[in-house]
Amino acid sequence: MQRFTCPFCGLRDEREFSFAGESGKTRPDTAAEVSDADWSAYLFTGTNPRGRTDEIWVHTPCQEYFRMIRDTVTMEVLETVPLRRDPS
Amino acid sequence: MKRYSAFAIAREGFRAHKGWDRAWTAPEPRKNYDVIIVGAGGHGLATAYYLGRNFGITNVAILEKGWLGGGNTGRNTTIIRSNYLQDPSAAIYEKARSLYETLSQDLNYNVMFSPRGLIMLAQTHHEVRGYQRTAHANKLQGVDTEWISPTRVKELCPIIELKGPRYPVLGGLYQERGGTARHDAVAWGYARACSAMGMDIIQNCEVTGIRTEAGRVRGVSTTKGEIDCQKLGIVVAGHSGVLAQMAGFRLPIESVALQALVSEPIKPCMDVVVMANTVHGYMSQSDKGEMVIGGGADGFNNYTQRGSFHHIEETVRSLIETFPMVSRLKMLRQWGGIVDMTGDRSPILSKTPVDNIFINCGWGTGGFKAIPGSGWGFAELMATGESALCEAFSLDRFRAGRFIDESVAAGVAH
Repeated sequence: MQRFTCPFCGLRDEREFSFAGESGKTRPDTAAEVSDADWSAYLFTGTNPRGRTDEIWVHTPCQEYFRMIRDTVTMEVLETVPLRRDPS
Repeated sequence: MKRYSAFAIAREGFRAHKGWDRAWTAPEPRKNYDVIIVGAGGHGLATAYYLGRNFGITNVAILEKGWLGGGNTGRNTTIIRSNYLQDPSAAIYEKARSLYETLSQDLNYNVMFSPRGLIMLAQTHHEVRGYQRTAHANKLQGVDTEWISPTRVKELCPIIELKGPRYPVLGGLYQERGGTARHDAVAWGYARACSAMGMDIIQNCEVTGIRTEAGRVRGVSTTKGEIDCQKLGIVVAGHSGVLAQMAGFRLPIESVALQALVSEPIKPCMDVVVMANTVHGYMSQSDKGEMVIGGGADGFNNYTQRGSFHHIEETVRSLIETFPMVSRLKMLRQWGGIVDMTGDRSPILSKTPVDNIFINCGWGTGGFKAIPGSGWGFAELMATGESALCEAFSLDRFRAGRFIDESVAAGVAH
């Protein structure tokens, strides 16, 4: 099992965390007209990168969302930062 | 190609088995092919085979980054079934299952297809209703399945514990003609047949780029040089997104590691395949006697063919309730593969935004069972530009909202 660092609680077991979404992927403004292509791209098409990835995760016990930069091939966690701070 | 037969074994027996040919050749790539298939797994090789057999297209190269059948074809739990809910799925999986029945004869290669029967256990009332619905749907689709009682489940699989306590067995969806096959042999059999038709299977040849010109494919760059082609088929499962990016488009695919494990070999105790989707475990016994157990997928995207220990623990823990004997088994080994998941848990067999590039992916956690049907349909799509089997599985369905929603029926690893 891996251990991830919650920016608020420190190093914890992988099981305490959930993937929440891709970082930087914003929901189209549904008050305005959204094309089918944009909407389906938002819903279904991620970057699914091989290598470095930038994601939003949640630490279930403390319910805090945060950004995690990790590598999808080596499983290395490069950085975890609170949402309001930019990664280095 | 020398045919395999009892006579051939006897003949070779008299000359110290020195007369066997290599099952497939190991050529260097030529400069130009009519069709290049990227990925020499089951689906890629089956596509190439049916391109040759059904459409006479044999100027084909199949490029493989690693070794033939070394990806998900060699990493699955070898289960074959076609008890899907939606019509397009039932059509392609049933086509595959029926092709499996005669595949050994077609390929002159023993794929050890064993239609031993398959039960999907219903362990909640929701599942009871769901599987009864599937059984009705299957009747209309011409797929031979039936709803069976707990008593019948126990008759078919005596090692099962019906009473729970958490998840009692309330019945099951039984497909008598479902079963297993030797997964490596499926890849090897197709490879041998492709090679015999004059196709080039090029292993250890990674595609590093896709060349296009005016929205049309020209060829690929590989670690063994530039190769031109008229048509390109991308059949690379977990790495589909990487190849699509080379061609300049994106796919609605998430790559996730799915894992499986086997126990030590034991005496025959289970001659059906049992899937328990509520507790998320499924099990069959291999011819060697190992209990083959399918585990869960990691909850996040990754490209490591590894899996994680706590998922094994969860899978085995949940299986113990339904199969108490598992608690006495030692697990022998565990492995993972990268599966390509789509939003509706159905595959993509489609044209792409680039002319003459075709994609076959998204089989997710259940591609092995579909290999012959997928190859059959995808070859038709590549050769003629359309295929009734593939039509509903186009990339366009995510934009149009015409999902083939199997995520409830079969979203579990299978």
